[in-house]
Amino acid sequence: MTIDLSERVESVGPSGIRRFFEIAEERDDVISLGVGEPDFSTPWAARDAAIASLEQGKTSYTANRGKRELREAISGYVDDRFDLEYGADEEILVTAGASEAVDLAFRAVVDPGDTVAIAQPSYISYEPGVIFAGGEVLPVPTREEDDFRLTVSQLEAAGAADADVLVICYPNNPTGAIMTREDLEPVAAFARENDLTVLADEIYAELTYDGEHTSIATLEGMRERTIVFNGFSKAHAMTGLRLGYALGPAETIGAMNRIHQYTMLSAPTTPQYAALEALDTCADDVREMVEQYDRRRRFVLSRFREIGMPCFEAKGAFYVFPEVPSGWSSEEFAETLLEEQGVAAVPGDVFGEGAAGHLRVSYATGLEDLKEALNRIEAFLEEHEPIASSADP
Amino acid sequence: MSEREVLELLRENARYSTADIARMTDLEESAVEATIESLEEAGVICGYQPVVDWDELEDERVRAEVELNVMLDRETGYGDIAERLARFPQVTALRLVSGDYDFDMEVEGDSIREVSQFISEKVAPVPEITQTVTHYVMTSYKENGIELGDGDDDDRLSVSP
Ligand SMILES: Cc1ncc(COP(=O)(O)O)c(C=O)c1O
Repeated sequence: MTIDLSERVESVGPSGIRRFFEIAEERDDVISLGVGEPDFSTPWAARDAAIASLEQGKTSYTANRGKRELREAISGYVDDRFDLEYGADEEILVTAGASEAVDLAFRAVVDPGDTVAIAQPSYISYEPGVIFAGGEVLPVPTREEDDFRLTVSQLEAAGAADADVLVICYPNNPTGAIMTREDLEPVAAFARENDLTVLADEIYAELTYDGEHTSIATLEGMRERTIVFNGFSKAHAMTGLRLGYALGPAETIGAMNRIHQYTMLSAPTTPQYAALEALDTCADDVREMVEQYDRRRRFVLSRFREIGMPCFEAKGAFYVFPEVPSGWSSEEFAETLLEEQGVAAVPGDVFGEGAAGHLRVSYATGLEDLKEALNRIEAFLEEHEPIASSADP
Repeated sequence: MSEREVLELLRENARYSTADIARMTDLEESAVEATIESLEEAGVICGYQPVVDWDELEDERVRAEVELNVMLDRETGYGDIAERLARFPQVTALRLVSGDYDFDMEVEGDSIREVSQFISEKVAPVPEITQTVTHYVMTSYKENGIELGDGDDDDRLSVSP
């Protein structure tokens, strides 16, 4: 006998990232530009606070919504940094990573048959999340000529006016695109006109290198229809501690908490102490990491320009999204590059529509490795130039 | 300011090429070169040296931190004493500090004998020096902002979402 799996699960395959990971793992001399998490460790003060909480035996559950002091600190932080005003009592939910918050939101707002429009290329968890919640996915491709920003014409062309929910993520994984207030205004208007609920994954908000991050929830008439996700994984380099949060209207957060209290009870306790300390005292550590990322970003963009691989100017997260030469699919390029030069970069296609012919290059890696990786890519291009151009139609 | 940024990058790694610094800062390479030159000329940048973990070498290298107390008189100031001590090649760093003693002096040599002899024969006899306390360095964990020893392993997955 075998256990009969649900159709929902069977309809979702393993991620393309996973497949590429397995190929990369077979070699040991690889420089990886494929890592989607910081290369820094959690700021020491935050780690120390976690250790101290363990020494004091603080290992029980917390309130379902998260420790009150932490929710208060989050409330102050998001207001201070992003003008997001959310009350600690009812409008903030602390979760096991932004991942859990995203999943809860889908389950809280998506009915079977509801359509969820997803601006793509996008982080790989949204689509399966929608399917697990019984919804239908509507990909809305963004375009390189728009700097991978979401536009109303793309929303209209995809038929998103009839959707129920819209998922956006800026600064974006995998493109590194950001959207300014002016860019967001028409999207917000579209959401209001078509009565869309907006799920805004802002986990990379701190990693914005040109101006300040604007949350779509701060635009007129958007607060009541938006759920914002953020967390400590990226800005505070706490991926393994699994802590994130959702911000939203009391009723929506209450609904998410209803699922959370039955399925998770409370986010892990030790990381909540780390997070509290991170918000209290680690702003300088964050600034220092952001400065480092920004230098690497400029370095990588300059090098792609020099070696003749077109690359739009990504201004957020820790990714750039160069275009592979014509004649190559992104998958072919990524696999051959890995095989011949030992450089791993994720083929864009795994991130959905609008990503074909691109690579996601992460610069969450030390400068020496970035230098060497770019040199190897340069050598790779030189070696393949004749083949690539003869394959040109 | 670009001067500050260039200085910061060189302090991070003095072997960054001017081309790489230009890429990281979006400055022209010629502007980076000019900035470094003016920092050198102004005496802001006084030199470039590697950060060495002596424990990784076969040869012994003895280092000591020496606390010095001095007695000033009308003719002799801190600067005069410092100038006299700084001339010795064995002295690798010399700082006037606040607290229980006056100077914090770093000394290097090939053996404990050499360093002790230097202190007893060259430093202690200086008339203004009233007391020396020598601390031999046993192990160094961090130098110039760089942690010594085996670096942290990168245990992240090589490819992740
Ligand atoms: C866009 C985006 N959202 C969410 C996550 C998951 O974050 P967390 O570690 O908080 O679950 C990631 C991680 O890669 C991400 O890139």
